[in-house]
Amino acid sequence: MKLHAWFAAALLAVSAAAQAQAPIRIGAFLSVTGPAAFLGDPEQKTLELYVERLNAAGGVLGRKLELVSYDSGGDAEKARTFAKRLIEQDRVDVIVGGSTTGETMAVVPLVEAAGLPFISLAGAVVIVEPVKKWVFKTPHTDRMACDKIFVDMKARGASKVALISGSGGFDKSMRGECLKVAKNHGINIVADETYGAGDTDMTAQLTKIKNAAGVQAVLNAGFGQGPAIVTKNYKQLGIGVPLYQSHGVASKQYIQLAGDAAEGVRLPAAALLVAESLPDSDPQKKVVVSYKQAYEARFKQDVSTFGGHAYDGLMLAVEAMKNAGSTDKAKVRDALESIRGYMGTAGVVNMSAQDHMGLDLTAFRMLQVRKGDWALAK
Amino acid sequence: MSAELAQFLLSGLTVGAIYALVALGFCIIYNASHVINFAQGEFVMIGGMATASFLGAGLPLPLAALAAVALATLIGLALVKFAVEPARGASVVTLIIITIGAAILLRGLATLVWDKRIHALPAFSGDAPISIAGATLAPQSLWVIGVAALIVAALWGFFNRTLAGKAILAVSHNRLAAQLVGISVRRVLLVSFGLSAALGALAGILIAPITFTSWDVGVMLGLKGFAAAILGGMGSGPGAVLGGLTLGLLESLGAGYVSSAYKDAIAFVIILVVLVLMPGGLLGGRSTERV
Repeated sequence: MKLHAWFAAALLAVSAAAQAQAPIRIGAFLSVTGPAAFLGDPEQKTLELYVERLNAAGGVLGRKLELVSYDSGGDAEKARTFAKRLIEQDRVDVIVGGSTTGETMAVVPLVEAAGLPFISLAGAVVIVEPVKKWVFKTPHTDRMACDKIFVDMKARGASKVALISGSGGFDKSMRGECLKVAKNHGINIVADETYGAGDTDMTAQLTKIKNAAGVQAVLNAGFGQGPAIVTKNYKQLGIGVPLYQSHGVASKQYIQLAGDAAEGVRLPAAALLVAESLPDSDPQKKVVVSYKQAYEARFKQDVSTFGGHAYDGLMLAVEAMKNAGSTDKAKVRDALESIRGYMGTAGVVNMSAQDHMGLDLTAFRMLQVRKGDWALAK
Repeated sequence: MSAELAQFLLSGLTVGAIYALVALGFCIIYNASHVINFAQGEFVMIGGMATASFLGAGLPLPLAALAAVALATLIGLALVKFAVEPARGASVVTLIIITIGAAILLRGLATLVWDKRIHALPAFSGDAPISIAGATLAPQSLWVIGVAALIVAALWGFFNRTLAGKAILAVSHNRLAAQLVGISVRRVLLVSFGLSAALGALAGILIAPITFTSWDVGVMLGLKGFAAAILGGMGSGPGAVLGGLTLGLLESLGAGYVSSAYKDAIAFVIILVVLVLMPGGLLGGRSTERV
């Protein structure tokens, strides 16, 4: 009897020690393949790279990190299945993932029910508005992009604006937000054209915009090849007013695709795109330059803001665990909510109970294509 | 106002010529086997992507294009060898489903062999737009329209003037009779898939400077090309061109004068109306007209 109790105690001690040594499990579901692969691919690479680097530096709270990642292929249904597996089978401590808004929103009810901190990497406002107890996000919202663009247009004396957008989820969401906030800036939308997902030529829509009365600037909301075709057609038609693009095309690839036609195009984007040309006094410079160099050295491809969102997500989770001093889910959630002044690739993050994104307009920089590269707009 | 109309027409012609080029690829395989090859869009993708990657490896454009067409042809032959031939004797519907599977496989392979990024090819003769009646046209559009016309002529010659072309038509009309007079059905299938793949790849190379190219570019182009082929009359070369141009013009005029949000819907509704009135398509033969 006595021996039995002693044995049980020993077993308990051993399992407690094992618990302390067990790795912290970071769950992820990302669109590594499929139509949103340009989001999920750099996100996955970033998570792998930084879990490795954190482990090499001794881990977090004295424990190693372990990445459990699934490829949702951009499918909301699959995202839901994988999130369920992450919660119930893999028993992860936090989820950093959800490349698209659709995937993210499909998973929100699951994490809310399970009480698991979830940092989304998708763009739309609906993710954090209204605030959901367990859901946070790292990227800028499309509404902020609209605000930033309209402020810039106003400053350059344009108030009659034409809109052209694609038919994807991102495009539609941004178009809606821009239409909503235009009035706040005294912007008058005089034309509102759309194009389809696989469209090969947008000159018909742009001709309509060109002939709309009094257009002073044009805004194209979209990502992928669509905006590059719009830019080329814009040049072909010789439309003289300034062209603005969205943060959806904030990558070198856009300039490569659109070529000379991209010269002078403006868009709002994170500082990551112009990392090296930021002034040394810029508080964000250190973070973005170090991420950019680490990523490009390892994967031999240009850094994208999307990978940056994953970096921010992982680092916020780590920061919250450190602040909470444990991986207890409720404590990590509270710590996430009280992060202030954290400098990420997207900008300075000030979370609060009302704001689970924590970014403001200063996070966006107005960029301009100059001599085939991104530069800070003057 | 007339400058506006001219621009819509030119836009429509550009898009229409692209659809026509893709639609032409459907003709040959359909003529040989009555199979609609749903991997045709993937041949278009392979043409563009392979050229982009060969260009990146340092080959000059003509050589890269040639290598890409050769690669696509090989893949077309492999498709017959490893997917269509083993299903010998299967119904046309089964073969069509096989091509859908092949399309998914080829898309997946493209993401592995190449990447998931969008690539651009340089325009063959510069980007300076050509001005016509107050409207503008990209020089590359002329390449697309010109080559589409050449291909129609070449196809017509092939099917009407050469033994191989006539053999393909013979197989399509009556497989057993063709076999009895000594035509190798296996050979006809190989030739038709190889030719279709080469044609698709050529289309992919020509249009890539306008539309860009990526691993999934074949999905939408294949669908629009298919619609154009059906509209013009499946299996007819001039029909494919007419169908493509009609579809392109419908889209651009729809976007210009009605609503850009509904331009695809407008085009497809008109296609449905045409097919109800003329089930064989604009230039398609009536189905009773069998030799």
